[in-house]
Amino acid sequence: MVTKDVLYKLVVFLATVGIAVGLVPIMTIVERRVAAFIQNRWGPNRVGPWGLLQPVADGIKAFFKEEFVPARADRLLHFIAPMLVFVPPAIGFAVIPWGNQIGSVKLQAVNLNIGVLFMMSVLSIAVYGLAIGGWASNNKWSLLGGLRASAQLISYELTLGLAILVAIMMAESVDPQVIVAKQTRGILSWNVFGGGNLLALPCGLLGILLLYTAALAENNRLPFDLPECEQELVGGYHTEYSSMKFAMFFMGEYVAMVNMSAIVTMLYLGGWYFPGITNPADHSWLGGILSVGVFMAKTFAILFVYVWIRWTFPRFKYNQLMNLGWKGLLPLSLANVALLAVVGVFTGGKP
Amino acid sequence: MTNYNIGSLFKGMFRTFQHLVGKKATLEYPEEKYIPRKGYRGEHRLKKDEQGRMKCVACFMCATACPAECIRIVAGPSPWPDRDKIPVSFEIDLLKCIYCGMCEEACPCDAIELTPTFTQIATTREEKIYDLQKLMNR
Repeated sequence: MVTKDVLYKLVVFLATVGIAVGLVPIMTIVERRVAAFIQNRWGPNRVGPWGLLQPVADGIKAFFKEEFVPARADRLLHFIAPMLVFVPPAIGFAVIPWGNQIGSVKLQAVNLNIGVLFMMSVLSIAVYGLAIGGWASNNKWSLLGGLRASAQLISYELTLGLAILVAIMMAESVDPQVIVAKQTRGILSWNVFGGGNLLALPCGLLGILLLYTAALAENNRLPFDLPECEQELVGGYHTEYSSMKFAMFFMGEYVAMVNMSAIVTMLYLGGWYFPGITNPADHSWLGGILSVGVFMAKTFAILFVYVWIRWTFPRFKYNQLMNLGWKGLLPLSLANVALLAVVGVFTGGKP
Repeated sequence: MTNYNIGSLFKGMFRTFQHLVGKKATLEYPEEKYIPRKGYRGEHRLKKDEQGRMKCVACFMCATACPAECIRIVAGPSPWPDRDKIPVSFEIDLLKCIYCGMCEEACPCDAIELTPTFTQIATTREEKIYDLQKLMNR
Protein backbone atom coordinates (compact mmCIF):
# COMPACT_ATOMS: atom_id res chain seq x y z
CA MET A 1 0.00 0.00 0.00
CA VAL A 2 2.36 2.67 -1.22
CA THR A 3 -0.34 5.32 -1.73
CA LYS A 4 -1.62 4.96 1.83
CA ASP A 5 1.87 5.39 3.24
CA VAL A 6 2.44 8.44 1.06
CA LEU A 7 -0.84 9.89 2.29
CA TYR A 8 0.13 9.32 5.94
CA LYS A 9 3.53 10.88 5.33
CA LEU A 10 1.88 13.87 3.68
CA VAL A 11 -0.35 14.39 6.73
CA VAL A 12 2.63 14.18 9.10
CA PHE A 13 4.60 16.55 6.87
CA LEU A 14 1.81 19.14 6.73
CA ALA A 15 1.31 18.87 10.50
CA THR A 16 5.04 19.48 10.98
CA VAL A 17 4.94 22.59 8.81
CA GLY A 18 1.83 23.71 10.69
CA ILE A 19 3.60 23.28 14.01
CA ALA A 20 6.68 25.11 12.73
CA VAL A 21 4.73 28.16 11.59
CA GLY A 22 1.94 27.97 14.17
CA LEU A 23 4.21 27.96 17.20
CA VAL A 24 5.72 31.34 16.25
CA PRO A 25 2.69 33.53 17.03
CA ILE A 26 2.10 31.56 20.22
CA MET A 27 5.72 32.15 21.21
CA THR A 28 5.51 35.89 20.57
CA ILE A 29 2.51 36.29 22.86
CA VAL A 30 4.05 33.99 25.49
CA GLU A 31 7.25 36.00 25.34
CA ARG A 32 5.48 39.32 25.78
CA ARG A 33 3.24 38.11 28.60
CA VAL A 34 6.10 36.44 30.52
CA ALA A 35 8.26 39.53 30.03
CA ALA A 36 5.46 41.66 31.46
CA PHE A 37 4.88 39.31 34.39
CA ILE A 38 8.57 39.34 35.30
CA GLN A 39 8.43 43.15 35.30
CA ASN A 40 5.26 43.12 37.47
CA ARG A 41 3.08 44.24 34.55
CA TRP A 42 0.16 42.54 32.80
CA GLY A 43 1.35 42.79 29.22
CA PRO A 44 -0.89 42.82 26.13
CA ASN A 45 -4.29 41.55 27.29
CA ARG A 46 -6.76 43.64 25.30
CA VAL A 47 -7.00 41.83 21.94
CA GLY A 48 -9.12 38.74 22.36
CA PRO A 49 -9.33 36.58 25.50
CA TRP A 50 -6.18 37.07 27.62
CA GLY A 51 -4.63 38.93 24.69
CA LEU A 52 -4.33 35.73 22.65
CA LEU A 53 -5.23 37.47 19.38
CA GLN A 54 -2.41 40.01 19.77
CA PRO A 55 -0.15 38.15 17.26
CA VAL A 56 -2.95 38.43 14.65
CA ALA A 57 -3.13 42.17 15.22
CA ASP A 58 0.66 42.40 14.96
CA GLY A 59 0.60 40.43 11.72
CA ILE A 60 -2.05 42.68 10.18
CA LYS A 61 -0.03 45.72 11.21
CA ALA A 62 3.11 44.29 9.60
CA PHE A 63 1.25 43.62 6.34
CA PHE A 64 0.00 47.19 6.05
CA LYS A 65 3.30 48.89 6.78
CA GLU A 66 5.41 50.47 4.07
CA GLU A 67 7.90 48.25 2.30
CA PHE A 68 11.11 50.25 2.37
CA VAL A 69 14.37 49.56 0.52
CA PRO A 70 17.18 52.04 1.20
CA ALA A 71 18.84 53.91 -1.67
CA ARG A 72 21.87 52.17 -3.22
CA ALA A 73 20.97 48.94 -1.40
CA ASP A 74 21.44 45.64 -3.19
CA ARG A 75 17.79 44.98 -4.03
CA LEU A 76 18.11 41.29 -4.85
CA LEU A 77 20.08 40.35 -1.73
CA HIS A 78 17.90 42.64 0.36
CA PHE A 79 14.92 40.63 -0.88
CA ILE A 80 16.50 37.19 -0.43
CA ALA A 81 17.96 37.65 3.08
CA PRO A 82 14.71 37.29 5.12
CA MET A 83 13.89 34.06 3.31
CA LEU A 84 17.36 32.71 4.05
CA VAL A 85 16.72 33.36 7.72
CA PHE A 86 13.26 31.82 7.80
CA VAL A 87 13.53 28.74 5.57
CA PRO A 88 16.52 26.77 7.00
CA PRO A 89 15.17 26.43 10.56
CA ALA A 90 11.79 25.46 9.09
CA ILE A 91 13.51 22.72 7.03
CA GLY A 92 15.21 21.53 10.21
CA PHE A 93 11.80 20.51 11.54
CA ALA A 94 11.67 17.73 8.96
CA VAL A 95 13.81 15.31 10.95
CA ILE A 96 12.40 15.96 14.43
CA PRO A 97 10.51 12.94 15.81
CA TRP A 98 7.39 14.54 17.25
CA GLY A 99 6.04 11.37 18.82
CA ASN A 100 5.85 7.62 19.03
CA GLN A 101 4.59 5.81 15.94
CA ILE A 102 0.87 5.42 15.27
CA GLY A 103 0.36 2.01 13.70
CA SER A 104 3.31 1.75 11.34
CA VAL A 105 3.62 5.48 10.66
CA LYS A 106 6.46 7.24 12.43
CA LEU A 107 5.59 10.80 13.46
CA GLN A 108 8.58 12.27 11.67
CA ALA A 109 8.32 14.01 8.31
CA VAL A 110 11.56 12.58 6.90
CA ASN A 111 13.13 9.50 8.43
CA LEU A 112 16.81 10.29 7.87
CA ASN A 113 19.46 8.05 9.41
CA ILE A 114 21.83 11.04 9.69
CA GLY A 115 19.11 13.35 11.03
CA VAL A 116 21.19 15.10 13.67
CA LEU A 117 23.97 15.97 11.23
CA PHE A 118 21.38 17.18 8.73
CA MET A 119 19.81 19.42 11.33
CA MET A 120 23.14 20.92 12.41
CA SER A 121 24.15 21.73 8.85
CA VAL A 122 20.76 23.22 7.97
CA LEU A 123 20.59 25.37 11.09
CA SER A 124 23.96 27.00 10.39
CA ILE A 125 22.73 28.21 6.98
CA ALA A 126 20.44 30.73 8.70
CA VAL A 127 23.37 32.98 9.58
CA TYR A 128 23.97 33.61 5.86
CA GLY A 129 20.64 35.39 5.87
CA LEU A 130 21.76 37.65 8.71
CA ALA A 131 25.13 38.44 7.10
CA ILE A 132 23.59 39.02 3.65
CA GLY A 133 20.80 41.15 5.11
CA GLY A 134 23.37 43.26 6.95
CA TRP A 135 25.51 43.69 3.87
CA ALA A 136 22.70 44.40 1.41
CA SER A 137 21.19 47.19 3.53
CA ASN A 138 23.99 49.66 2.70
CA ASN A 139 24.16 50.67 6.34
CA LYS A 140 27.19 50.35 8.58
CA TRP A 141 25.21 49.32 11.64
CA SER A 142 23.49 46.58 9.70
CA LEU A 143 26.83 45.40 8.35
CA LEU A 144 28.34 45.31 11.85
CA GLY A 145 25.32 43.36 13.08
CA GLY A 146 25.70 40.82 10.29
CA LEU A 147 29.43 40.45 10.97
CA ARG A 148 28.82 39.98 14.65
CA ALA A 149 26.20 37.33 13.93
CA SER A 150 28.59 35.33 11.76
CA ALA A 151 31.52 35.62 14.21
CA GLN A 152 29.29 34.59 17.08
CA LEU A 153 27.91 31.62 15.19
CA ILE A 154 31.38 30.35 14.27
CA SER A 155 32.51 30.61 17.88
CA TYR A 156 29.57 28.81 19.39
CA GLU A 157 29.02 26.25 16.64
CA LEU A 158 32.00 24.31 18.04
CA THR A 159 30.55 24.08 21.52
CA LEU A 160 27.16 23.21 20.08
CA GLY A 161 28.65 20.44 17.98
CA LEU A 162 30.64 18.98 20.87
CA ALA A 163 27.60 19.10 23.17
CA ILE A 164 25.55 17.29 20.52
CA LEU A 165 28.42 14.82 20.16
CA VAL A 166 28.03 13.85 23.83
CA ALA A 167 24.42 12.85 23.20
CA ILE A 168 25.44 11.02 20.03
CA MET A 169 28.12 9.10 21.94
CA MET A 170 25.59 8.08 24.58
CA ALA A 171 23.11 6.86 21.97
CA GLU A 172 25.80 5.49 19.62
CA SER A 173 23.80 6.78 16.65
CA VAL A 174 22.99 9.94 14.72
CA ASP A 175 19.50 8.74 13.82
CA PRO A 176 16.90 10.77 15.78
CA GLN A 177 14.62 7.72 16.04
CA VAL A 178 17.39 5.62 17.61
CA ILE A 179 18.50 8.45 19.93
CA VAL A 180 14.97 8.77 21.30
CA ALA A 181 14.38 5.01 21.39
CA LYS A 182 17.47 4.52 23.58
CA GLN A 183 16.08 7.04 26.07
CA THR A 184 12.77 5.22 26.57
CA ARG A 185 14.02 2.78 29.24
CA GLY A 186 13.03 4.86 32.26
CA ILE A 187 13.82 8.39 33.39
CA LEU A 188 17.47 7.53 34.21
CA SER A 189 18.09 6.49 30.61
CA TRP A 190 17.61 10.09 29.45
CA ASN A 191 20.88 11.46 28.15
CA VAL A 192 20.76 14.32 30.63
CA PHE A 193 21.11 11.70 33.39
CA GLY A 194 23.90 9.85 31.61
CA GLY A 195 21.90 7.66 29.22
CA GLY A 196 21.46 4.70 31.58
CA ASN A 197 24.98 4.85 33.00
CA LEU A 198 25.08 6.68 36.32
CA LEU A 199 28.85 7.25 36.04
CA ALA A 200 28.13 9.40 32.97
CA LEU A 201 25.66 11.58 34.92
CA PRO A 202 28.02 14.60 35.21
CA CYS A 203 28.69 14.41 31.45
CA GLY A 204 24.96 14.54 30.73
CA LEU A 205 24.29 17.48 33.05
CA LEU A 206 27.28 19.44 31.74
CA GLY A 207 26.33 18.49 28.19
CA ILE A 208 22.81 19.95 28.39
CA LEU A 209 24.16 23.10 30.06
CA LEU A 210 26.71 23.60 27.27
CA LEU A 211 24.20 22.77 24.56
CA TYR A 212 21.70 25.22 25.98
CA THR A 213 24.23 28.04 26.35
CA ALA A 214 25.44 27.48 22.79
CA ALA A 215 21.82 27.36 21.60
CA LEU A 216 21.16 30.77 23.17
CA ALA A 217 24.15 32.17 21.30
CA GLU A 218 23.20 30.44 18.03
CA ASN A 219 19.72 31.93 18.12
CA ASN A 220 21.03 35.42 18.99
CA ARG A 221 19.00 35.43 22.16
CA LEU A 222 19.80 37.42 25.27
CA PRO A 223 22.28 37.41 26.96
CA PHE A 224 24.05 36.87 23.61
CA ASP A 225 21.95 39.09 21.31
CA LEU A 226 24.87 41.27 20.20
CA PRO A 227 23.99 41.22 16.47
CA GLU A 228 20.87 43.27 17.14
CA CYS A 229 21.68 45.28 20.24
CA GLU A 230 19.96 48.64 20.20
CA GLN A 231 22.57 50.64 22.11
CA GLU A 232 25.43 50.35 19.64
CA LEU A 233 23.90 49.07 16.41
CA VAL A 234 20.48 50.80 16.28
CA GLY A 235 18.73 47.54 15.32
CA GLY A 236 21.54 45.40 13.95
CA TYR A 237 21.11 43.51 10.70
CA HIS A 238 17.40 44.34 10.40
CA THR A 239 17.74 48.10 10.89
CA GLU A 240 16.78 48.78 7.25
CA TYR A 241 13.99 46.24 7.09
CA SER A 242 10.31 47.00 7.49
CA SER A 243 6.90 45.44 6.94
CA MET A 244 6.74 41.69 6.30
CA LYS A 245 10.46 41.47 5.55
CA PHE A 246 11.15 42.45 9.12
CA ALA A 247 8.45 40.05 10.26
CA MET A 248 10.23 37.28 8.32
CA PHE A 249 13.45 37.97 10.24
CA PHE A 250 11.49 37.96 13.46
CA MET A 251 9.67 34.73 12.62
CA GLY A 252 12.90 33.09 11.48
CA GLU A 253 14.40 33.82 14.86
CA TYR A 254 11.45 32.25 16.65
CA VAL A 255 11.32 29.22 14.36
CA ALA A 256 15.03 28.67 15.07
CA MET A 257 14.27 28.90 18.78
CA VAL A 258 11.49 26.33 18.56
CA ASN A 259 13.72 24.09 16.46
CA MET A 260 16.59 24.35 18.92
CA SER A 261 14.29 23.55 21.84
CA ALA A 262 13.04 20.49 19.98
CA ILE A 263 16.66 19.42 19.44
CA VAL A 264 17.46 19.78 23.14
CA THR A 265 14.32 17.78 23.99
CA MET A 266 15.18 15.09 21.48
CA LEU A 267 18.88 14.76 22.35
CA TYR A 268 18.87 15.12 26.12
CA LEU A 269 15.39 15.06 27.62
CA GLY A 270 14.12 11.77 26.23
CA GLY A 271 12.09 13.10 23.29
CA TRP A 272 8.45 12.02 23.55
CA TYR A 273 9.08 9.65 26.46
CA PHE A 274 7.90 10.34 29.97
CA PRO A 275 7.58 7.45 32.45
CA GLY A 276 3.95 6.65 33.27
CA ILE A 277 2.46 8.73 30.44
CA THR A 278 3.87 7.31 27.21
CA ASN A 279 4.76 3.68 26.55
CA PRO A 280 7.23 2.88 23.73
CA ALA A 281 5.31 -0.30 22.84
CA ASP A 282 1.96 1.49 22.60
CA HIS A 283 1.29 2.23 18.93
CA SER A 284 -2.36 3.24 19.31
CA TRP A 285 -3.86 6.61 18.40
CA LEU A 286 -4.15 7.68 22.05
CA GLY A 287 -0.55 6.74 22.78
CA GLY A 288 0.65 8.60 19.70
CA ILE A 289 -1.22 11.78 20.57
CA LEU A 290 -0.04 11.60 24.19
CA SER A 291 3.55 11.25 23.02
CA VAL A 292 3.20 14.33 20.82
CA GLY A 293 1.77 16.17 23.83
CA VAL A 294 4.73 15.14 25.99
CA PHE A 295 7.20 16.30 23.32
CA MET A 296 5.37 19.62 23.02
CA ALA A 297 5.29 20.10 26.78
CA LYS A 298 9.04 19.53 27.05
CA THR A 299 9.72 21.85 24.10
CA PHE A 300 7.59 24.56 25.67
CA ALA A 301 9.34 24.18 29.01
CA ILE A 302 12.65 24.84 27.26
CA LEU A 303 11.18 27.78 25.33
CA PHE A 304 9.94 29.20 28.61
CA VAL A 305 13.47 29.02 30.01
CA TYR A 306 14.64 30.94 26.91
CA VAL A 307 12.24 33.76 27.79
CA TRP A 308 13.01 33.53 31.49
CA ILE A 309 16.75 33.85 30.84
CA ARG A 310 16.16 36.75 28.47
CA TRP A 311 14.47 38.84 31.15
CA THR A 312 16.93 37.90 33.88
CA PHE A 313 20.44 38.41 32.53
CA PRO A 314 22.07 41.54 31.09
CA ARG A 315 23.80 41.44 27.72
CA PHE A 316 27.45 40.40 27.40
CA LYS A 317 30.11 42.69 25.97
CA TYR A 318 31.59 41.43 22.74
CA ASN A 319 34.99 40.54 24.23
CA GLN A 320 33.23 38.76 27.09
CA LEU A 321 31.20 36.80 24.57
CA MET A 322 34.34 35.68 22.74
CA ASN A 323 36.12 34.92 26.04
CA LEU A 324 33.24 32.77 27.22
CA GLY A 325 33.02 30.98 23.89
CA TRP A 326 36.67 30.21 23.25
CA LYS A 327 38.22 30.14 26.74
CA GLY A 328 35.27 28.92 28.78
CA LEU A 329 32.85 26.73 26.87
CA LEU A 330 35.13 25.19 24.24
CA PRO A 331 37.68 23.64 26.66
CA LEU A 332 34.85 22.58 28.92
CA SER A 333 33.01 20.81 26.12
CA LEU A 334 36.22 19.11 24.92
CA ALA A 335 36.86 17.93 28.49
CA ASN A 336 33.28 16.71 28.65
CA VAL A 337 33.69 14.58 25.52
CA ALA A 338 37.01 13.19 26.83
CA LEU A 339 35.47 12.40 30.22
CA LEU A 340 32.57 10.58 28.60
CA ALA A 341 35.00 8.57 26.46
CA VAL A 342 36.99 7.56 29.56
CA VAL A 343 33.81 6.59 31.40
CA GLY A 344 32.77 4.59 28.34
CA VAL A 345 36.05 2.68 28.23
CA PHE A 346 35.92 1.83 31.94
CA THR A 347 32.32 0.61 31.80
CA GLY A 348 32.82 -1.90 29.01
CA GLY A 349 32.98 0.17 25.86
CA LYS A 350 29.45 1.46 26.24
CA PRO A 351 29.01 4.95 27.61
CA MET B 1 40.69 33.20 34.76
CA THR B 2 37.33 34.91 34.84
CA ASN B 3 35.00 34.14 37.69
CA TYR B 4 31.79 33.05 35.99
CA ASN B 5 29.93 32.70 39.30
CA ILE B 6 27.25 30.23 38.22
CA GLY B 7 25.55 30.35 41.64
CA SER B 8 24.52 33.97 41.33
CA LEU B 9 23.02 33.24 37.90
CA PHE B 10 20.58 30.81 39.52
CA LYS B 11 19.95 33.32 42.31
CA GLY B 12 18.95 35.90 39.68
CA MET B 13 16.70 33.43 37.90
CA PHE B 14 15.00 32.63 41.22
CA ARG B 15 14.42 36.34 41.85
CA THR B 16 12.81 36.92 38.45
CA PHE B 17 10.63 33.85 38.99
CA GLN B 18 9.37 35.40 42.22
CA HIS B 19 8.35 38.46 40.21
CA LEU B 20 6.77 36.24 37.54
CA VAL B 21 4.30 34.72 40.00
CA GLY B 22 4.07 37.75 42.29
CA LYS B 23 1.51 40.51 42.56
CA LYS B 24 1.27 42.87 39.58
CA ALA B 25 1.80 46.58 40.04
CA THR B 26 -0.32 47.61 37.04
CA LEU B 27 -3.91 48.72 37.68
CA GLU B 28 -6.24 48.04 34.75
CA TYR B 29 -7.78 51.47 35.10
CA PRO B 30 -11.18 51.63 33.42
CA GLU B 31 -12.26 48.29 34.89
CA GLU B 32 -10.48 48.60 38.21
CA LYS B 33 -10.57 51.91 40.08
CA TYR B 34 -7.90 53.04 42.45
CA ILE B 35 -9.30 53.48 45.93
CA PRO B 36 -7.14 55.86 47.98
CA ARG B 37 -6.35 55.19 51.60
CA LYS B 38 -8.58 56.54 54.35
CA GLY B 39 -7.92 60.23 54.98
CA TYR B 40 -6.74 60.93 51.43
CA ARG B 41 -7.23 64.61 50.59
CA GLY B 42 -9.18 64.88 47.34
CA GLU B 43 -12.17 66.93 46.20
CA HIS B 44 -14.04 69.05 48.75
CA ARG B 45 -17.64 68.77 49.83
CA LEU B 46 -19.93 70.75 52.13
CA LYS B 47 -21.71 68.68 54.78
CA LYS B 48 -25.35 68.82 55.77
CA ASP B 49 -26.83 68.50 59.27
CA GLU B 50 -29.58 66.12 60.46
CA GLN B 51 -32.36 68.26 58.99
CA GLY B 52 -30.71 68.42 55.60
CA ARG B 53 -29.62 72.02 55.93
CA MET B 54 -26.10 73.08 55.13
CA LYS B 55 -23.79 73.20 58.15
CA CYS B 56 -21.82 76.20 56.90
CA VAL B 57 -22.35 79.50 58.73
CA ALA B 58 -20.28 81.67 56.36
CA CYS B 59 -17.66 82.55 59.00
CA PHE B 60 -14.86 82.91 56.43
CA MET B 61 -12.45 80.87 58.56
CA CYS B 62 -11.66 78.49 55.70
CA ALA B 63 -11.14 81.31 53.20
CA THR B 64 -8.79 83.01 55.69
CA ALA B 65 -6.84 79.84 56.43
CA CYS B 66 -6.48 78.89 52.79
CA PRO B 67 -2.83 79.35 51.70
CA ALA B 68 -3.77 79.25 48.01
CA GLU B 69 -6.68 81.68 48.41
CA CYS B 70 -8.96 79.57 46.29
CA ILE B 71 -12.15 79.86 48.40
CA ARG B 72 -14.52 82.74 47.67
CA ILE B 73 -17.59 83.16 49.91
CA VAL B 74 -20.45 85.67 49.68
CA ALA B 75 -22.51 85.70 52.86
CA GLY B 76 -26.20 86.45 53.19
CA PRO B 77 -28.82 86.50 56.02
CA SER B 78 -29.86 83.18 57.42
CA PRO B 79 -33.47 81.95 57.15
CA TRP B 80 -33.05 79.78 60.27
CA PRO B 81 -32.98 81.14 63.87
CA ASP B 82 -29.89 79.15 65.05
CA ARG B 83 -27.34 81.16 63.05
CA ASP B 84 -26.83 84.67 61.66
CA LYS B 85 -25.44 84.01 58.20
CA ILE B 86 -25.34 81.39 55.49
CA PRO B 87 -23.28 81.50 52.28
CA VAL B 88 -25.17 82.79 49.26
CA SER B 89 -22.27 81.78 47.06
CA PHE B 90 -19.42 79.39 47.96
CA GLU B 91 -16.84 78.80 45.25
CA ILE B 92 -13.67 76.72 45.38
CA ASP B 93 -11.27 77.03 42.45
CA LEU B 94 -9.82 73.52 42.26
CA LEU B 95 -7.17 74.66 39.80
CA LYS B 96 -5.73 76.90 42.52
CA CYS B 97 -6.35 74.50 45.40
CA ILE B 98 -3.28 72.64 46.73
CA TYR B 99 -5.35 70.05 48.68
CA CYS B 100 -3.59 70.87 51.97
CA GLY B 101 -6.70 70.36 54.13
CA MET B 102 -6.28 73.63 56.04
CA CYS B 103 -9.92 74.59 55.37
CA GLU B 104 -11.09 71.37 56.98
CA GLU B 105 -8.94 72.05 60.07
CA ALA B 106 -10.00 75.67 60.33
CA CYS B 107 -13.77 75.07 60.09
CA PRO B 108 -15.46 75.58 63.51
CA CYS B 109 -18.69 73.84 62.43
CA ASP B 110 -17.14 70.78 60.77
CA ALA B 111 -18.90 71.86 57.57
CA ILE B 112 -16.21 71.43 54.92
CA GLU B 113 -14.37 68.21 54.26
CA LEU B 114 -11.94 66.70 51.73
CA THR B 115 -13.24 63.44 50.23
CA PRO B 116 -11.04 60.62 48.89
CA THR B 117 -12.33 61.25 45.35
CA PHE B 118 -9.22 61.98 43.33
CA THR B 119 -10.50 61.78 39.75
CA GLN B 120 -11.83 65.07 38.41
CA ILE B 121 -13.05 65.55 34.89
CA ALA B 122 -13.50 68.98 33.33
CA THR B 123 -13.31 70.24 29.76
CA THR B 124 -13.16 73.96 30.59
CA ARG B 125 -11.54 76.04 33.32
CA GLU B 126 -14.96 77.20 34.51
CA GLU B 127 -16.01 73.63 35.30
CA LYS B 128 -13.13 73.34 37.74
CA ILE B 129 -14.59 76.14 39.88
CA TYR B 130 -17.00 74.22 42.10
CA ASP B 131 -20.02 76.27 43.26
CA LEU B 132 -22.27 75.85 46.28
CA GLN B 133 -24.68 73.46 44.57
CA LYS B 134 -21.93 71.16 43.35
CA LEU B 135 -20.18 71.10 46.72
CA MET B 136 -23.43 70.38 48.59
CA ASN B 137 -24.49 67.55 46.32
CA ARG B 138 -21.33 65.53 46.65
